[in-house]
Amino acid sequence: MGLWLAVAGCAGLLAAGSALVLPPRIRVGLVGVVTAVAGAAGAVAGGFALAGHTLTLQAPNPLPLGGVYLRVDALCGVFLAVTGAVVAAAAVYGIGYFREHGSNRAVQAVWPLFALALLLVPIAASVSTLLYAWELMALTSLLLVCSGHGAETRSAGVWYAVMTHLGLVTVLAGLVWLAAAAHTETFAGIAAAAPGISPVVKGFVFALVLAGFGSKAGMVPLHAWLPRAHPEAPSPVSAVMSAAMVNLGVYGLVRVGFDLLHGGSRWWWLTLLLLGAASAVYGIIQAAVASDLKRLLAYSTVENLGLILLAVGAAGVLQDSGQQLLAALALAAGLLHTATHGAFKTLLFLGAGSVLRTTGTRDLDELGGLRTRMPVTSGLFALGALGAAALPGGAGFPSEWLLLQSLIHGRVVPGATVLVMLPVAVGAVALSAGLAVATFVKALGTGFLAKPRSRAAERAREAPAPMLLGMGAAAVACAGFALVPGLAGPALGRAVAASGLAGGQLAGSQIAGRLSALGSTLAPLLVVGAVAALVVVLKGLLRITARAQRRAAVLWDCGAGPLTARMEYTATSFAEPLQRVFDDVLAPESDLDVTPHEESAYLVEKVAYSRAVPDRIEYRLYLPVIHTVRRAGRVAGIVANGSVHRYLGYGFSAVIVLLVALAATR
Amino acid sequence: MNALGITAHAIAVSLIQVIAVVLGAPLLVGLMRQVRARMEGRVGGGVLQPWRDTRKLLRKERLDPDGTGPAFRTAPLVGVAVGAVAAGAIPLAATGTALGTSVDLIAVVGLLALSSAWLALAGLDTATAFGGMGASREMTIAALAEPTVLMSVFALSARVGSTNLPAIVAAGAANAGRLASPASLLAAVALAVVVLAETGRLPVDNPSTHLELTMVHEAMVLEYSGPDLALVELGAAMRLTVLLGLWSSLFAPFGIATGTGPGALLLGLAVFAAKTALLGVLLAAGEVFTAKLRLFRVPELLAGSFLLGVLAVAASFFLN
Amino acid sequence: MRNLARTILSVGKVAEPAPPGPEPAPADLDGRVRALRGSAQVRCVDAGSCNGCEIEIGQAFGPVYDAERYGARIVASPRHADVLLVTGPVTRNMAEPLRRTYEAAAEPKVVVAVGDCAIDCGEFAGAYGVEGAVGDVVPVDLAVPGCPPEPAAIIEALRRVTGR
Repeated sequence: MGLWLAVAGCAGLLAAGSALVLPPRIRVGLVGVVTAVAGAAGAVAGGFALAGHTLTLQAPNPLPLGGVYLRVDALCGVFLAVTGAVVAAAAVYGIGYFREHGSNRAVQAVWPLFALALLLVPIAASVSTLLYAWELMALTSLLLVCSGHGAETRSAGVWYAVMTHLGLVTVLAGLVWLAAAAHTETFAGIAAAAPGISPVVKGFVFALVLAGFGSKAGMVPLHAWLPRAHPEAPSPVSAVMSAAMVNLGVYGLVRVGFDLLHGGSRWWWLTLLLLGAASAVYGIIQAAVASDLKRLLAYSTVENLGLILLAVGAAGVLQDSGQQLLAALALAAGLLHTATHGAFKTLLFLGAGSVLRTTGTRDLDELGGLRTRMPVTSGLFALGALGAAALPGGAGFPSEWLLLQSLIHGRVVPGATVLVMLPVAVGAVALSAGLAVATFVKALGTGFLAKPRSRAAERAREAPAPMLLGMGAAAVACAGFALVPGLAGPALGRAVAASGLAGGQLAGSQIAGRLSALGSTLAPLLVVGAVAALVVVLKGLLRITARAQRRAAVLWDCGAGPLTARMEYTATSFAEPLQRVFDDVLAPESDLDVTPHEESAYLVEKVAYSRAVPDRIEYRLYLPVIHTVRRAGRVAGIVANGSVHRYLGYGFSAVIVLLVALAATR
Repeated sequence: MNALGITAHAIAVSLIQVIAVVLGAPLLVGLMRQVRARMEGRVGGGVLQPWRDTRKLLRKERLDPDGTGPAFRTAPLVGVAVGAVAAGAIPLAATGTALGTSVDLIAVVGLLALSSAWLALAGLDTATAFGGMGASREMTIAALAEPTVLMSVFALSARVGSTNLPAIVAAGAANAGRLASPASLLAAVALAVVVLAETGRLPVDNPSTHLELTMVHEAMVLEYSGPDLALVELGAAMRLTVLLGLWSSLFAPFGIATGTGPGALLLGLAVFAAKTALLGVLLAAGEVFTAKLRLFRVPELLAGSFLLGVLAVAASFFLN
Repeated sequence: MRNLARTILSVGKVAEPAPPGPEPAPADLDGRVRALRGSAQVRCVDAGSCNGCEIEIGQAFGPVYDAERYGARIVASPRHADVLLVTGPVTRNMAEPLRRTYEAAAEPKVVVAVGDCAIDCGEFAGAYGVEGAVGDVVPVDLAVPGCPPEPAAIIEALRRVTGR
């Protein structure tokens, strides 16, 4: 396994270096291939880790402020495997995508470094290694997000830069405090010293870590960067960010909460569960009314990560109540959902990227009719949409099923708070599942089916082979998770055991085979197989009993006139009933501007109507904070007004005060 | 007995149930129309009329509307296939169905959602305003009904310890007192509202309306004709039969065969037919007295049923 | 609701007994009638009538005459229909929609011209807004004369199509 990691590392560095040196003609292709090799090697290493191998690597001295400690176990294996596979698919896709946009040296050099950082974070085994890898990941992704042009991209870049670095500071504060309390910075040392740390310190550390890692995972209310940054990044980068990078927030929470702090107290996990439930519901409501395809997918990421955080929170609560098997099952459900989400979200973002590249627009209200012009992309996107909607036959169904099973059987847990939380959690999962179906019927139906709504959509052409190949790889993973999720059972069992929860092996056996979870069973292959077989049988019967040939007919338009594409339902109109139902949560803004004729106020010359659904949490939470910070900055400007003399005076007086204090306390 | 644990008896049960549902679903629709006609003072077309309609539709010309694609052509097939798989999995006449341990209650709910979503995509695929309107409304109602369904699943399966339908139905059949518990009664009312919403009956949707502005399900199928329309109508009828059968198996499992004798199976089949017919008659009679709710009042109805579902869960926890 | 229940119970069956029949279908219609056998979905097209025939058609499907007992049912789309009940002289604006409605229905289909206006423009023959009789725009299979025709006559025509 160490060999594979080394291969991944070398391939990544080689790709980054060669991007700086090679001529443009072969730059994109070579970087794509080598990055794909790096991703695949990482995935294989993850596979070995999931099979039970572990690896430890220590180099105490190369970096300032601490050495490099790496440790690979089964929990890391999950994230390595998912990240590696996503990077491989996106890199192959990028060979076709980057030829037109982003073939410049900077992007091609940073792209493999981003992949390397993502592979490095899960295997870090000391606080300083983790923080270095985290910052490398943040910087490289920031550079990639900012690689586009336009005001939107700049704004997204600023938001992302600020929020990811605030997250870094929070994580740094929490982990350094923990390391100081444990008097060591390696994870093994902290885990050993954890029982001796006071619960108050542990609580503060967890709160800080929750804020920092949660923000990376897109947890409401710290999610505002996600729907801004993911749409603006180039599509392969968006896919990797949504399907691999946000998972690392989950990894951090699981590692710190279960492994380093040994579970902690119940309120931590209840908070996480509630925040996860809120993210899931809020994310999918916003996705349901979004008409920008990539923004819709970004909010769907918020929703799915919310479900994963809900699973992790439920695992913590259940473990705290002594239900080891249920806790292990909940955590296994969360990890499985991480993997399935990685598969279908990659597929969806790569498909959206193909659409953007050929039509130039992400607006669902202008797309349509892509089914005839881009048949393979449409079919693959449909598979991804099925997975995101968590319907039988989709990749997301087994993991949501498993999550529901672990929550439903949690009834045996004593305690009134838990008995109230569980129905809330099930209700949140159910509402997000229902809305996800509506959202992805909208995305697929208005974006890809029917007729093109604009010139841009008419211009669409099928994507080139590398892009289809990347999407195909993700589609194979989706189909695998949808039909035979049980194969992942033993691996998930080992991962759960490695995270510090007992009962891991038992959980693994509950998933292997036919997804039997404590008395309920499900055989996805049989379900999908039965429906597919019946469809084929019915088609055959129809051919025998009914007439074979179909007569071409004009669409029934009530006889009045030619149907134009303007008469089709748009994504905005499709979501309008949902927007009305959730009016209080969304608070849409609409603006109506009537320009009367100059000669008479009763004649109308122009009417302009615009409607936008802003992110309400931004309004209510972020704007006041930004205003306060601005005001604080203005006040601080009185003290630090730019005069060098004044700064010298501050320094001088600080030294004098310090000397006096030292003398007085001697 | 093979690796999946499916016996020959179980396969026979599933096949019998599927055939019964396929043959009986149009009869149920005919019965409901007949009850409605009699209450309105008319004579009605007879219980067999839907079968005559289907026979005629199968003989008609097949049309291929310009611009429609695979989603449009496959949606009727998927509707019938899903109805048949559900009929083969849910314990309607006997508890030992072949697919009972492979398709649990959550999966049945998911399959029904899959067929609605596919039909909605077919409606959008027609590129007409009616199709889009029907799809939008259908998906909104389905999305808002989902929390109630899963809450009721939670209430029912928490006490039994499993979401597998044979286990839940067998537990209900063995312990009749449980069916009268507050949790069960509340879940029954909540699921009844969901059955009305999912099958498109009054007061959520009027299945016999001709005004497009009042349509939900009908608007998605305005473009179908001939054999495709026959399958769409058969699929809708099977969905109604399966959901009524599910409701009666969960809350009134009297007469369901729990053993393996052929006599018990036939009795179970007869009782299932009688129960479904009774529920259909009650539903049709109720529809005569009800007007359709305005579309934007339907979320309020579904929210009320969700509240009942939450109360059912609370009752199943605290009032054992 | 109690009032409604009381009304239903006290009024009972309102439908008049079915007249003897139906008459056999004309020869050119025979094949189609055999294919439809017992079931006819009806789409009403008002090609420019004064609404008198619509009222009579409404009565034909109402409780007293109850056309549904013979297998006829009104549907919302011509795609679902086998029988087109066309009323009124065909006005210029409705000529193309009528043709499209005819094209949208799947074979086998039957066109019934209801009322004198549909058969030969009746009162409105020669008017400036009238394109012609229904037979000038789409092929007509059955005609129901009258201004307006009685519901019984409309029912008789439908029974010739369904054969019940």
